[in-house]
Amino acid sequence: MKIIKVNEDVCVLCHLCEIACIVEHSESKDILKAFKKEKPRPIARCAVEEDKPLSFSLMCRHCDDVPCVKACSNGSMHRDERGYVVVNEETCIGCWMCIMVCPYGVIRRDEGREKWNLSTKCNMCPDRDIPACVEACPNEALVLGEVIKCT
Amino acid sequence: MKWMKNLKTYIPGDFVVVRDDDKCIRCKACVEQCSFEANFYDEEEDRVWSWDGHCVGCQRCVYICPTDAIRVEPREEIYRHHENWKIYHIKGIEKRANFGGAPIVSMGTDKEYPIYWDHILLNASQVTNPAIDPLREPMELKTFIGRKPSALEIKKGKYAKTKIPPQLELEIPIMFSAMSYGAVSKNVIEALGRASEAMATCFNSGEGGLYKEHYKFGNRLIVQVASGRFGVHKDYLNIASAIEIKVGQGAKPGIGGHLPGEKVSKEISETRMMPRGADAISPAPHHDIYSIEDLRQLIYALKEATRYRKPVIVKIAAVHNVAAIASGIARAGADAICIDGFKGGTGASPQVIRDCVGIPLELALASVDTRLREEGIRNEVSLIASGGTRCSTDVIKAIALGADAVYIGTAALVAIGCHLCQQCQRGNCAWGIATQDPFLSKRVNPDIAAEKLINLLEVWSLEIKEMMGAMGINSIESLRGNRLALRGVGLTDTDLNILGILPAGV
Repeated sequence: MKIIKVNEDVCVLCHLCEIACIVEHSESKDILKAFKKEKPRPIARCAVEEDKPLSFSLMCRHCDDVPCVKACSNGSMHRDERGYVVVNEETCIGCWMCIMVCPYGVIRRDEGREKWNLSTKCNMCPDRDIPACVEACPNEALVLGEVIKCT
Repeated sequence: MKWMKNLKTYIPGDFVVVRDDDKCIRCKACVEQCSFEANFYDEEEDRVWSWDGHCVGCQRCVYICPTDAIRVEPREEIYRHHENWKIYHIKGIEKRANFGGAPIVSMGTDKEYPIYWDHILLNASQVTNPAIDPLREPMELKTFIGRKPSALEIKKGKYAKTKIPPQLELEIPIMFSAMSYGAVSKNVIEALGRASEAMATCFNSGEGGLYKEHYKFGNRLIVQVASGRFGVHKDYLNIASAIEIKVGQGAKPGIGGHLPGEKVSKEISETRMMPRGADAISPAPHHDIYSIEDLRQLIYALKEATRYRKPVIVKIAAVHNVAAIASGIARAGADAICIDGFKGGTGASPQVIRDCVGIPLELALASVDTRLREEGIRNEVSLIASGGTRCSTDVIKAIALGADAVYIGTAALVAIGCHLCQQCQRGNCAWGIATQDPFLSKRVNPDIAAEKLINLLEVWSLEIKEMMGAMGINSIESLRGNRLALRGVGLTDTDLNILGILPAGV
């Protein structure tokens, strides 16, 4: 399984990963329409952490030991056929237990949505070969790579 | 952010940042990326603004803007035209009068001087001799830098009796010129080192010593001994493949260096072997070299320290009488001479020195090569040309004029992102190249930068091979100093005479 690897040594703090994530998860998938017209605008599923000179983008690690899946009361948080941890937004009730247990703090409440304040997280861009954030990163601080298992 | 100009020091900037507000999505990437604080975000208005006076035209915001909403344009000044008093002179006087200091600038000179490379044309084979296709037939660019014996003595008809002096073996005749740790960031040196290893050429440490992480590149490294002697010790000399004594630099002949104390961080103070926070001052002269005899002493001291196993290069700036000086250096025992033309780059130099001191590389190189041949000592030294080499044709023309190899500096930096905004001296390079700021230097990813440098050298090598093939030459050795392969256009008789080439049509 490939995940997004983060290289904090070359992150330039441009936040383009967040922009690309918002565009990818918008209705129109068009940068100007997503930012200028769409309301509510989707939230970015990756977030750039910053304590200069250190900075890096962080998104779901798709852990082996999945605390969010275990905490989910109705099975909305699950592992899909590709092996990635995703949330079924149809059934999510917005109890935020996944947010409470996530060790990386990468699940967020999407307060803009009408229905509930649903849990929102990286879904590894199911419509793309390379996730939008990886493609947008100008300095290869985000790369798609195989998981190396520690034994 | 200040909205009022400080009129006591105000001098109009050179650029205008034009932002298409319809396309601006307020992502603030340009605000974060501009290290010169030219872009800022007003939360109350929800708008990104630019402070044009701060813009240096480095194009970082243009590059990073995801919607292509930014353009940087030159600021057209509408002073009344005066042939004698150009804006350059008016602004120059204002700067000096307002700030009371001599302006420090960087990169090579941006003034209009003749570029002789562009007036030299190459030959090609037609009918009487065959051209060669480099993709089908072997071509050799292998170069050896070092003293060559004038004759080979053979023992028992079989073995060479003559001992060959130490040589620097290069697969391509292009090396990376001296850029010190201090002038450029750690990641840039890492990329230069990796590219040199991959392409089997050499890079130069510059005068700032060698950072401990870069000792791994020792077999592809030329170390520099300059007037400040920063970071020079036994291991430093012995790790390298060659040693370079820097007497002068093309961008600032006759001037030393000054690294301000604020830039002397812990790593730099360790590398340079000097106290942290103290100004690193390289004197203008080597205080132990006041004559050719003194230079000979230093050359032999370095040879002695490295047990005569490494070639010693002497780097001089191209100045008047360069031919006579080079002849003296050859006789002083140097294995190679590097001639740095006045278009060469620098990290910081007084403006007047950068713009008006020194002579063009093309003329200096030709006159040195001619003089050494006339004196019959051309084989005793290799010539390295440096300063303002922009493309593979410049390289091949330099070699045909008599150079053994060429140093590239600015071209290498451009390959990894430099946009020639000429602000190296300020230490906050927005592209992460000429800076020691740990946040800014992350902008050069050594993996990407090394790949780009390798691409550049590979493409230049192929282009050189193609041009050699067109001339029907299959080894760079056959082209070296072969000025019959060159013709001049639009040059005066004096220029042609100094360059030693025929005019086109003859």
